[in-house]
Formats: sequence, structure tokens, C-alpha cells
Amino acid sequence: MTFTRRQFVGTTLTAAIALATLPGLAQADAVDDAISTFTGGAEMGSDGITLIAPEIAENGNTVPIEVDAPGAEAIIVFAPGNPNPDVATFHFGPLSGSSAASTRIRLAGEQDVIAVARMRDGTFQMARQNVRVTIGGCGG
Amino acid sequence: MAENVTPRVRVPREASAGETISIRTLISHPMETGQRRDGDGNLIPRSIINRFVCSFNGETVLDVTIEPSVSTNPYFQFEAVVPESGTFTFTWYDDDGSVYEETADIAVN
Repeated sequence: MTFTRRQFVGTTLTAAIALATLPGLAQADAVDDAISTFTGGAEMGSDGITLIAPEIAENGNTVPIEVDAPGAEAIIVFAPGNPNPDVATFHFGPLSGSSAASTRIRLAGEQDVIAVARMRDGTFQMARQNVRVTIGGCGG
Repeated sequence: MAENVTPRVRVPREASAGETISIRTLISHPMETGQRRDGDGNLIPRSIINRFVCSFNGETVLDVTIEPSVSTNPYFQFEAVVPESGTFTFTWYDDDGSVYEETADIAVN
């Protein structure tokens, strides 16, 4: 069967819209911009940061996460699939015992949680962890 | 001021000089994201704790910028170095301008 040009354009457009509205990608561009702002466009390593989050979260209202990046002065966390993708920024002061913190976050649906660390030597590290959510947690 | 906002912190009572300790903090707060709707369909405006600071004898341990994706009753666990005896101060800043504070003393032996 041959597609007419009209059918092809229509199908592609529909697919593109469907893709753009998937929860995991809801704010992907906004998060990319926020990461670039944080890093100034610098390259990011991945060995120097750990992001611990469950693979499956029973309750999207409260998902425990832990970030740890030895030598980091700040770690920023994103949830690109949430209506508000910013989660938190941890700034480690002179008396912090480690560049690590744990908290609980809301996840609207399945997505990759992302953590980016700014190290004291000016380099950056990034980690991401996919989390599946059984009950979404953004009140929508 | 948000209603019934209660901070709770868990800090060891003693430590050795220079020891790294673990601190847990919790504050009861609805953390209204601005995404929910009320019974009439109107958006309930955002009202969250937007910043948490822990300091020891005036020096910063941790300073967290908090966004609506942090859960209700924000919880943080982190580590601090304790150089000498003194007091930890924990401060939470609310969107509505309220400031909540809690302190904990620690003795270095």
C-alpha cells in the first residue's frame, strides 16, 4: 500500500504530538535548559555521582531519593515528567560532612529522575534513574 | 502562616571533635504545589517551604532550595562535621513569608 503525502504528514504529526505529551518528556526541553544554565554548557561526567531512587515507587506522592557526589559543592535534582520539573538544589556548606543528602519527592508518572553535581574543582557530574510510579503524585 | 507547621530534628547529643554525624529533619507542611484544584475547579495557589538552611555555630552546613516537587512534610537527611560543642540551627522559609526555626545542642567530648 502506498501512503499519500497527506497521510504521511498527518501520521507523523500525530506521532510527534503524542511523543511530546508523554509524561516522561513533558518538560524535557525545560530541564535541558535548566541543566545548561547550571553547568554553563560544560561536559558532565557520570562516575562521580550516585543517585539512588526506587525502580518502582508505590506512591508518587512520596518517593525517597538519595544523592551523593563526593567533592560536590552543589547538587540539583530534576523530575522532567512533573508539571514543575525542578525538585531541589542542595548547597553543601563548610561544615557539611559529605556532599550527600536524602529527601522524598513527588513524581507525576514514570520518568528519569536526574541529578547534576557541580564539583568544587569546577567540573560537573550527572546521574539519572528511571522510576516507575503506580500512583501519580502531583495532585492532577 | 500555614497551619500547624511543626519542625522536628534528630541530632546526636554528643560527638567527638571533628566527627561526622547524621542529621534528620522533618517539618509538617502541606507543600501546596499550585497544581491541585479545589471543589469548584479553581487552582489552589502554590504555598510551599522554599528554602531550608542548617548551620552550626553560625557556619552553614546545608542550604537547600526547595521546589514544589518535594513531598508534603519535607524531609531531609544529611551529614555535618562537628568541630566543637555548640548549637545547630535549622531554618525553614515559607512562600508566605513565615520563618520556622528549631535548634539542637551538641556536646563535644
